[in-house]
Amino acid sequence: MVPFAGWRMPLRYASETAEHHAVRRMAGLFDLSHMGEILVTGPEAGAALDYALISHLSVVAPGRAKYTMICAADGGVLDDLVVYRRGDEEFLVIANAANTGVVVRELTDRAAGFDAVVTDATDDYALIAIQGPEAAGILAPLCDLDISVMKYYAGASGSVAGRAAWVARTGYTGEDGFEVYCRPDDAEHVWTTLLTAGAPAGLIPAGLAARDTLRLEAGMPLYGNELGPDVTPFEANLGRVVKFDKPGDFVGRAALASRAAEGPRQVLIGLTVRSRRVPRHGYPVLLDGGVADGVVTSGAPSPTLGVPIAMAYVSTASAGELYVDIRGEAVPATVTELPFYRRRK
Amino acid sequence: MSVPAELHYTPEHEWVSVAGDAATIGITDYAASQLGDVVFVSLPAVGAAVTAGEPCGEVESVKSVSDLYSPVDGEVIETNPDLEDDPALVNSEPYGAWMFKVRLPAGGVLPADLLSPAEYEDLTKSAG
Repeated sequence: MVPFAGWRMPLRYASETAEHHAVRRMAGLFDLSHMGEILVTGPEAGAALDYALISHLSVVAPGRAKYTMICAADGGVLDDLVVYRRGDEEFLVIANAANTGVVVRELTDRAAGFDAVVTDATDDYALIAIQGPEAAGILAPLCDLDISVMKYYAGASGSVAGRAAWVARTGYTGEDGFEVYCRPDDAEHVWTTLLTAGAPAGLIPAGLAARDTLRLEAGMPLYGNELGPDVTPFEANLGRVVKFDKPGDFVGRAALASRAAEGPRQVLIGLTVRSRRVPRHGYPVLLDGGVADGVVTSGAPSPTLGVPIAMAYVSTASAGELYVDIRGEAVPATVTELPFYRRRK
Repeated sequence: MSVPAELHYTPEHEWVSVAGDAATIGITDYAASQLGDVVFVSLPAVGAAVTAGEPCGEVESVKSVSDLYSPVDGEVIETNPDLEDDPALVNSEPYGAWMFKVRLPAGGVLPADLLSPAEYEDLTKSAG
């Protein structure tokens, strides 16, 4: 167990490598109850989120989800979010644990001119994610929804193991899977029931360490690594998330528009390292000749690929060879298209 | 957490066993479980001189990298070839997966600051 954003979180249950492989090949169960749940409700909830966030939330259909971000006025990313539209006048915003306070404050301020109410509901929800190719098969008999027809980035109210839950086909692993938002009092029952039912199919509990290597292979950004107040969505290859064509102003619009016009100041790339030494967060990226050109944002030995991989910000997108300064040694690294891993559909 | 009674320990979580003038060194069960899955062990070259308390290698796990310290002075006489192919042995059998062997200097004695099993166990408990 490790301290994480004010929570005590399991870094691993046994072997993070085994947990990683279980999610790729069978299924893994994650306790993500640290994530922030923020309700935005009211007749103008959609309009408030259109103003507060960079995406066009008011056109999202009830029962669908969107990956988006909340930016500062200067375009810097305050958090990346998943937003579920649960009804015409009800949105559930999922924030990173460390940012929940900031997101609640910003949403509250930004919703002030709208007929909408922002409520921090983090303490009302536990979050259990079941991820991997076997996830749907394990969850289906325990859920009263027909999850076999649930689309990716969709969700619905139902029950899991007999307990009320918001069930969504979302995740952060690069695999098919579901996220189950239930009452904290029901979490242990839901967890235990899923784990018992899924054990024959290979389901095991998975911790933060496996979650990090899974999302890195899938090329997904992590707030604090690839995303932060000093980068805009454009640097992170996520410019498509910014919806300039939605009506009305939104926080960060002017700054993001000028950034879009001038082009990103740095670019996020993938690197595959030709060494057994592992590039890690903060290590310098070097050009041929040793000139520093950027920095590693995330790095790990990839359990699926069997080689160290990394994401890094560099000055310009260039194919070919770079080097990572791994504790004083310039180790060659090949620029690799993201994601490193894409599941077969 | 296993702390075999026949070994000596360091505050940096190495274990040492001595036979004749040779010391065999690895990292403890506690260290391996704290590091998580080990993916690469960088060891000193055979013939290299190592100094007690000085880093002489690295242990890379999925989540972190840590220096490997020599608990003793001496000359490296052997490194464990099995760790090249299967570094995860450090996790599965930390007291079998020795890392390197050092020939102690003539008349050499072990450094006085090595920990007894009881002292090492206390150290890991106070570290949580």
